[in-house]
Amino acid sequence: MNGPQDLGGQMGFGPVNPEKDEPYFHAAWEKRALGLTLAAGAMGHWNIDESRHARESLHPADYYSSSYYEIWTKALEVLLKRHGFVTDAELVQGHALGKGTEPKRVLQAENVAAVLAKGGPCDRPVGQAPRFQAGNRVRTRNFNPHTHTRLPRYARGKTGMVEAVREGFVFPDTNAHGQGENPQYVYTVVFTAGEIWGEGADPTLTVSIDAWESYLEPA
Amino acid sequence: MSHDHDHHHDNELDPMAARVRALETILTEKGLVDPEAIHAIVETYETKVGPRNGAKVVAKAWVDPEFNAWLRRDATAAIASLSYTGRQGEHMQAVFNTPETHNLVVCTLCSCYPWSVLGLPPVWYKSPPYRSRAVIDPRGVLAEFDLVLPDTTSIRVWDSTAELRYLIIPLRPEGTDGWSEERLATLVTRDSMIGTGLARVPEVA
Repeated sequence: MNGPQDLGGQMGFGPVNPEKDEPYFHAAWEKRALGLTLAAGAMGHWNIDESRHARESLHPADYYSSSYYEIWTKALEVLLKRHGFVTDAELVQGHALGKGTEPKRVLQAENVAAVLAKGGPCDRPVGQAPRFQAGNRVRTRNFNPHTHTRLPRYARGKTGMVEAVREGFVFPDTNAHGQGENPQYVYTVVFTAGEIWGEGADPTLTVSIDAWESYLEPA
Repeated sequence: MSHDHDHHHDNELDPMAARVRALETILTEKGLVDPEAIHAIVETYETKVGPRNGAKVVAKAWVDPEFNAWLRRDATAAIASLSYTGRQGEHMQAVFNTPETHNLVVCTLCSCYPWSVLGLPPVWYKSPPYRSRAVIDPRGVLAEFDLVLPDTTSIRVWDSTAELRYLIIPLRPEGTDGWSEERLATLVTRDSMIGTGLARVPEVA
């Protein structure tokens, strides 16, 4: 979706302002927000793509005025409600008011190290050979779905070169919406800044994205 | 995004603190989360997983040609051999700076970042100014990190749009011949592994 998350090339946000010796957390609640997000995700009722889509579906004004842990927290509430774990009334009350969905599993403290060390690999076998090879010229498709996609707007309808053929990976555009993993090969595709940004682009700059096969056509 | 860090984060009336506490209370009462598990997650990223992991990978790549070649061929396996695995590091790619080309990593669409080797990302990495400008004005962004590259140096920006996580291997600084891996690792900053910095140059004794 052309949501607030799709930031590449947008203007007006000001300088980066890196913080010197930045702490991992700026408030105690950020720690709990991180832990809650990971622990709730570990119940196994949604995947990372659905999580990302919940975050990018926040109203743009809300997204841009929220810190990242605020975005995570707001999206987590959406996911918990969507999957029947909490209700609006409970969020208002700040207490459980009834039973909700039965979780597939609950992350226990003694399993945290193993679960984090394992992560959630997204590579999957793909039945056929890759359509493109390194060195191929490709054009990204131009589309504007209302649903989740990982092809940023700045890189749509652009011609670039396949630099590397990666493994097969879960396709986020369907996986975010409960429509299956449908794995596809991923390619690292490089564009000149001139192709992406046109007049005045930095001639020494190239930009790459990692694109699923169905985002690409031969050029 | 410039945050004001002067407000009272621990104040019970802070809206986000209240909101997160309410959520944790509900989930705990329902038996959906274990507060001790949350504590263990936080402790992991506060004390165990951080940019020191990545610095060790870089230092080893500088001194060990075999490891260097492995890192180029299969970064996930090479990094796993140092026991750095897991969440947001499942599929690693190492990208080597050269005298001709400087590399920079961004996630324009969210906040993808190689947690297993760099830990949790800094606020600026996740915020709109960096995510919007890294792909269109990287030199301007780097200048805000006090990094000014020669006009003749090419810049390659890697937008992490899929599940590959990129670790930049910065150039080894001059004047470090004969240094041990441990000593070299002290020169490898977090920013040098994102591309917003270079490895530190050793101070002349």
